[in-house]
Amino acid sequence: MFPSKFDYHRPSSVQEAVQILSDNPDAKVLAGGHSLIPVMKLRLATPSALIDIGRIDALKGISRANGSLRIGACVTYNEIANSGVVQDAAPLLAEAAGQIGDRQVRYRGTIGGNLSHADPASDLPAAALALGATLHVSGPNGSRSVSASEFFVDLMMTSLQADEILTEVEISAASAGTGSAYVKFEHPASGYALCGAAAVVTRGAGGSCTGASLCFNGVSATAVSANGVAASLVGSDLSDGAIESAVSNLSIPDAAGDMFASAGYRQELAKAIGAQALRTARDRA
Amino acid sequence: MGISIELEVNGASVSEEVEPRLLLAHLLREELGLTGTKIGCDTSQCGSCTILLDGQAVKSCTVLAVQADGSEITTIEGLANGEYHPMQQAFWDNHGLQCGFCTPGMIISCVDLLSTNPQPSEDEIRHGLEGNLCRCTGYHNIVRAVQTAAETMNG
Amino acid sequence: MAGESNGAAGFGSSIRRREDPELITGRAKYTDDLQLAGMVYCTILRSDYAHAGINSIDTSEAEALDGVLGVYTAKDIEASGVPGGVPVGWLLPGLKTPEHYMLAKDTTRYVGDGVAIVVAEDQYTAHDALELIYVDYEPRDGVADPKKATADGAPLVHDDAPNNIAFDWEIGDKESTDAAFANAAHVASLDIVNNRLIPNAMEPRAALADYNNITGELVLYMTTQNPHIHRLLMSLASLGLPEHKIRVIAPEVGGGFGSKIHHYADEAIASWASMQVGRPVKWTATRTETYITDAHGRDHVTHGEMAIDADGRFIGLRVDTYAAMGAYLSTFAPAVPTYLYGTLMSGEYDLPAIYCHVYGVFTHTVPVDAYRGAGRPEATFIVERLVDEAARVTGLDPAEIRRRNFISPDAFPYQTQVALAYDSGNYIGALDKALEAIGYDDFRKEQAAAREQGKYLGLGLSTYIEACGLAPSAVVGSLGAQAGQWESAVVRVHATGKVTVYSGCSGHGQGHETTFAQIVASALGVPYDDIDVVEGDTGSMPHGWGTYGSRSAATGGSAIASAAEKVVDKARTIAAHLLEAAEEDIEFEDGNFFVKGSPDQSQSLPDVALQAYLAHNLPKGIEPALEATSFYDPANFVYPFGTHIAIVEVCSQTGNVTLQRYLAVDDVGNVINPMIVDGQVHGGIAQGIGQSLYETAVYDEGANLLSGTMLDYAVPKAHFMPSFETDRTVTPCPHNPLGVKGVGEAGSIASPAAVVNAVVDALSPFGVTHIDMPVTSEKVWNAMK
Repeated sequence: MFPSKFDYHRPSSVQEAVQILSDNPDAKVLAGGHSLIPVMKLRLATPSALIDIGRIDALKGISRANGSLRIGACVTYNEIANSGVVQDAAPLLAEAAGQIGDRQVRYRGTIGGNLSHADPASDLPAAALALGATLHVSGPNGSRSVSASEFFVDLMMTSLQADEILTEVEISAASAGTGSAYVKFEHPASGYALCGAAAVVTRGAGGSCTGASLCFNGVSATAVSANGVAASLVGSDLSDGAIESAVSNLSIPDAAGDMFASAGYRQELAKAIGAQALRTARDRA
Repeated sequence: MGISIELEVNGASVSEEVEPRLLLAHLLREELGLTGTKIGCDTSQCGSCTILLDGQAVKSCTVLAVQADGSEITTIEGLANGEYHPMQQAFWDNHGLQCGFCTPGMIISCVDLLSTNPQPSEDEIRHGLEGNLCRCTGYHNIVRAVQTAAETMNG
Repeated sequence: MAGESNGAAGFGSSIRRREDPELITGRAKYTDDLQLAGMVYCTILRSDYAHAGINSIDTSEAEALDGVLGVYTAKDIEASGVPGGVPVGWLLPGLKTPEHYMLAKDTTRYVGDGVAIVVAEDQYTAHDALELIYVDYEPRDGVADPKKATADGAPLVHDDAPNNIAFDWEIGDKESTDAAFANAAHVASLDIVNNRLIPNAMEPRAALADYNNITGELVLYMTTQNPHIHRLLMSLASLGLPEHKIRVIAPEVGGGFGSKIHHYADEAIASWASMQVGRPVKWTATRTETYITDAHGRDHVTHGEMAIDADGRFIGLRVDTYAAMGAYLSTFAPAVPTYLYGTLMSGEYDLPAIYCHVYGVFTHTVPVDAYRGAGRPEATFIVERLVDEAARVTGLDPAEIRRRNFISPDAFPYQTQVALAYDSGNYIGALDKALEAIGYDDFRKEQAAAREQGKYLGLGLSTYIEACGLAPSAVVGSLGAQAGQWESAVVRVHATGKVTVYSGCSGHGQGHETTFAQIVASALGVPYDDIDVVEGDTGSMPHGWGTYGSRSAATGGSAIASAAEKVVDKARTIAAHLLEAAEEDIEFEDGNFFVKGSPDQSQSLPDVALQAYLAHNLPKGIEPALEATSFYDPANFVYPFGTHIAIVEVCSQTGNVTLQRYLAVDDVGNVINPMIVDGQVHGGIAQGIGQSLYETAVYDEGANLLSGTMLDYAVPKAHFMPSFETDRTVTPCPHNPLGVKGVGEAGSIASPAAVVNAVVDALSPFGVTHIDMPVTSEKVWNAMK
């Protein structure tokens, strides 16, 4: 309940923030603080300094241009969940953001903080993965882009370098004939996903599946993509039977268990929840 | 190495010099004497510390005081405006509290809920309260209270 | 008396609580809200090991930290000469009572055991300093499971308790019970784990101790359900201060559920620290700290069997339980799995033979003690699960087998085979009312139709009884209690006719200020608004025993009723004198005394009170002033009962259990305030639902607490449960002046069995006969495989 001492910096630009981060190897970036402050209160994290990027306007925008949705790192879950632009261009992201934590958490927590924290049981990583999001990152040597599939490395580990800051998330706007759904089976205490399934399907003119994606939170050390299920759906009629058959062989590598739910049960949940997400996505396509 | 911050708390201007690690909940309770805001957990679960920060319900145990610099804050002490807020009244009328410890945060959260969804269904109310724990009431009468307040406020 | 009226606010009316305005505005002050001049803060370093020797403790770095006033260990407490003990207050024959000191001396015995104390100028520094204390531990093996802990070779919690057995207790008649089983046509048999629970009152425990080293007086504000018990134990066992030099005050208290009954080391440590630094010292537990310090609840491993004859009648019940005590014996711990458990094994049934055997077992865990229901939920769960299993093995409907075995309404008083004498009851009445309200027959049809479509619905009954209103003092004394269980009240009528009531109970959410005033309003005929109720301050009122065990209305309310009656008797004497009439001719109605037949010539209670205070014209032998004290010792326990019904749906894909309906018909006797009684029922049900579906304290094999934070331990949320349907039957208690029983624990006693019976019913097509709590989706899913 009582964080250790730290220095506090409040840069007014990304550039300044990156500079301070480069100068302070033990520093942590503070956005909404809803991933970081809880672990600091339990003294599981004791950074020497916090760099508060929460007031940098450049990180707070939602925009859509040229078929691309761009969301600043400091945009909150609540803003994402309720943004008409996001609901239209990436409804999956809005749906997942609306299921994170609780009302209070959604007002403060940010997409950048969430993805950088890379908690596998949080709701956004699978959505970002399923949407093929591109993450824009700034460091002392300028900016670079990373695909979501390369961003999540391991349990709470990303490919962000120690002196880099996630600045923006870019997602291709949903095309016609695409439907998506995020379905979560929540841990009764934490509200995190015991298993969360993010599904995207696209139907062609004849109704058959021309593209699919199914990703999971909560089952293993990182959000994972069930490529096999997606591949076997393409070309199918997306009937309940086709979906059942596609998920029946689903096996998530390195599924992890804990005292609340075993790895094996999480695998089974993934099938049930995954199928449900796919059916809902299909109905919305 | 204190940092100067300025806030408006329940309509009054406040200037404080704070340690960066000071949590907003502690600023309110210990420095400003606003002990209506409670601290019931240390993992951001229970919602007893919920306040309105620039009009939105947040858990003040998970916000640094320095992050709130320049903000407007309403705590339970600032909710009544000469008379009880309809939500306070509804909690009283419907026996929506027993020990009262979760109540300030619960009421603030419910005020926020109705501000974004003035006519929630029972299911929406129950999900809307997922950030606030109550161990006494089984939530039954809290749900009644929110329904009553919604009726009152929708006049 | 219960029938007397006082406008809309007397006995029986659902008036809003007078406690609430302060609570809904944030004005009420709980312990941690208090600040005293010069106040400093105390934190406690706790063992990270379930079991370890302490080789040495280095406090030098912590002491050197700016703002730290002192760092102390057990050696310092010993050197100060205080008794330093944290004793058990209920003794059983042969009970092992190993020393429990305020801090671990050379061995830690659970994760959370106190090791060192920091006192610092502010809370942040007090927590910083904890990280600068270096303890050289020698880790040893630990054991958490109460049955495994009794195995030969299991790590010992205390060397002088072989096989970790704290006590070996039995009740009932083994021989006749074994004979019943030998003659049984059917036997229902279950192995049941009653899951360990963490209380989670929303207000964490806290203490603010202010020791005045000039006067030698200690004022201790603390989160307590029973300030007098804490004063007593603080004086006798922990601090050695004379009892009259300690004043314990319960400010607003944010829930307890048992966890604030017990005398812990922590509040004594804050007091001792104040004695060391000569300044007020505050200690406030973090939530995570409460998980490893508040006494946990339940934690039983049980084998139970019911013998049934060819007609579906119960002829014997046999129960064998291993009950965890944790690392030390908490205040009332030995009573919980014995006299509050074994004595309830008859349930609502005419059971001719019962035998219950219990081992109380030390484990390397947080001590276990009373938690809402305390022993009675565990007993009810065994009995009601076995009754459903008996229905299954006999092929009888669960409602029918209950009906066939209930104690008949005309059989009271009914002496059970396990000590209790039930004073009243009408179990069929509550069952019928509940079955009708739920639409039992229609449900069975709906259930059958749903199964056809692969949808699994289940209905669970729990027809419960409890013994509460603790308790007749001589009875509990003969059973080992080191405390009385009577209750006190002072009813003071002031000269102006206004009334202050002092009660030895100590509410923490129950609404006593409202309901006790309602009792007095009806008894004295004084307007409700003219009556104040004061509790929770050993400096203000006679000794009382506090609020727990659903006792406040039955004992505290009865004490108030008795004191009010004494006031009326005295006032009647004075009124007769003033009216120049014989006392026996004086009537008292709605607050007025008058001569029979002449109500127009009356003396109101305020009139009489004024004369009593002026004392200018009192009858001979009557002392001035108008107040009375009562110490009420109940003649028996009270026996609330009822029927609870849960309806669940089980998802065949995920195993998820959804509670669709929950209906309760309770009989708690006469009801002082129906709104408050309903609220108590709601809360109890929610806690029982929590136990049955979500909550569990998990220790690993080495006795490390895995569910160590609120992120891991699921306190139920609003969307986990439906709105509750509640109703009542009224069978007044025959032996107390108000006819009241108790309601605080009923919901948590009845509901776990209702929910689990419902889940097992839903899963009956899969051949499932039992699932342990909490019934998580994974357990259900495995059961369906």
